[in-house]
Amino acid sequence: MAKITYNTHDNKTHSIDVQNGLSVMEGAVQNDIPGIDADCGGGMACATCHVYVKEKWLDKLPAKEDGEEDMLDMAFEPKQNSRLSCQLIVSDELDGLVVNIPSKQG
Amino acid sequence: MNKTDVLIIGAGPTGLFCAHQLGIIGLSCEIVDNLDKAGGQCIELYPDKPIYDIPAIPECTGEELTNNLIKQIKPFNVKFHLNERVEELKKVENRWHVKTSGNKEFDVASIVIAGGVGSFEPRKFPLKECEKFEGNSLFYSIKDKTIFKDKTISIFGGGDSALDWAIELSNTSKVNLIHRRDGFSGAESSVQKVKELHEQGKLNLYTKYQINSVLGDDKIDLIKIKHDDGEIKEFKTDYVLGFFGLIMQLGPILDWGLNISKKTIEVNTENFETNIDGIFAIGDICSYPGKLKLILSGFHEGALAARGCFKYAKPDEKLRFEFTTTSKAAQERLGVKK
Repeated sequence: MAKITYNTHDNKTHSIDVQNGLSVMEGAVQNDIPGIDADCGGGMACATCHVYVKEKWLDKLPAKEDGEEDMLDMAFEPKQNSRLSCQLIVSDELDGLVVNIPSKQG
Repeated sequence: MNKTDVLIIGAGPTGLFCAHQLGIIGLSCEIVDNLDKAGGQCIELYPDKPIYDIPAIPECTGEELTNNLIKQIKPFNVKFHLNERVEELKKVENRWHVKTSGNKEFDVASIVIAGGVGSFEPRKFPLKECEKFEGNSLFYSIKDKTIFKDKTISIFGGGDSALDWAIELSNTSKVNLIHRRDGFSGAESSVQKVKELHEQGKLNLYTKYQINSVLGDDKIDLIKIKHDDGEIKEFKTDYVLGFFGLIMQLGPILDWGLNISKKTIEVNTENFETNIDGIFAIGDICSYPGKLKLILSGFHEGALAARGCFKYAKPDEKLRFEFTTTSKAAQERLGVKK
């Protein structure tokens, strides 16, 4: 279990306990956090679960697989700290993770 | 006006198999899709990726699955209307009239929405000011490349569309190619070609830059791009092209009065009919307790929705349950009767 904090574009903060093994994307979708569309359902095929990861967490996350950076090219306003939240699998190590959700996904 | 029993919206695997099930029970259908080819997400998002959970097919790609489904419905001569998005829906007595973006009209007894996560549309620039130039000096696809001759074109993106157009247009135009990182997702040979053209001075390549602002009165005159480290460059440009892939949007279906929550349409699990009589929804776009977004679930949903369509198309007939192994009628429809 890890507490994940999602900051949405409307300046609201949602702190959610997400089970280990779920993705950060699933944690958002299951808890109705707005702004993560996840159109392809976690297949790394759409870039609509794009989040900005708080800088201090960046090197604690699993490295990007082939294809994630390619999909981020398609994301809305990608930045250095952009990740696809479907690729971030929750574990105890991610307890306290903070992600910001872009103003829109498309 | 195209008159048929059922209009299927979406030519993905679910829509294609539903056409098969309609054909087997003797109903006619036509299919509308906003893409230029059948296959839906299978063909647009992952044509080369293997799928391992289609029953009785240990492994196949999205493209192979699509081709096989098209082959399977061949006996029914299903008519496809590609590059068309459904727009208007009207009830006329006990039938539905549907109009598409290309002004095609359909007169049908029922409708099956197999629209996946929506119709594919180009992903746009994040800047609000881009909207006013869209269609005159800013484009997300190219219909007539002759307008670019001897002009300055700024192309954004790092995939095959961006690279291919940068290479092609560099023959007759001054091309700037701008991409957010050094790596490209397009074909390696195209990346090499772009780098060669850049070294030969036939194309300007700007990596680690993204769009910052677009300026002009009626048409674009000047753009600014911003480097990762904050540096801003500006240059004159006649046209801006953005190639950021496609995004899925529900579009006009949202205004049809269907019960929609979380971008999906609520259905019953008996025949996958929506809250509106005669309109069915199957595949990723439908929701019900326990819904799994798997292709195999879409097949099941399509089989039941097809039977649900029967009473609207042939109100005076009774549908009998039959197997394709033994049903003479089904075998006749398939063109395999000995």
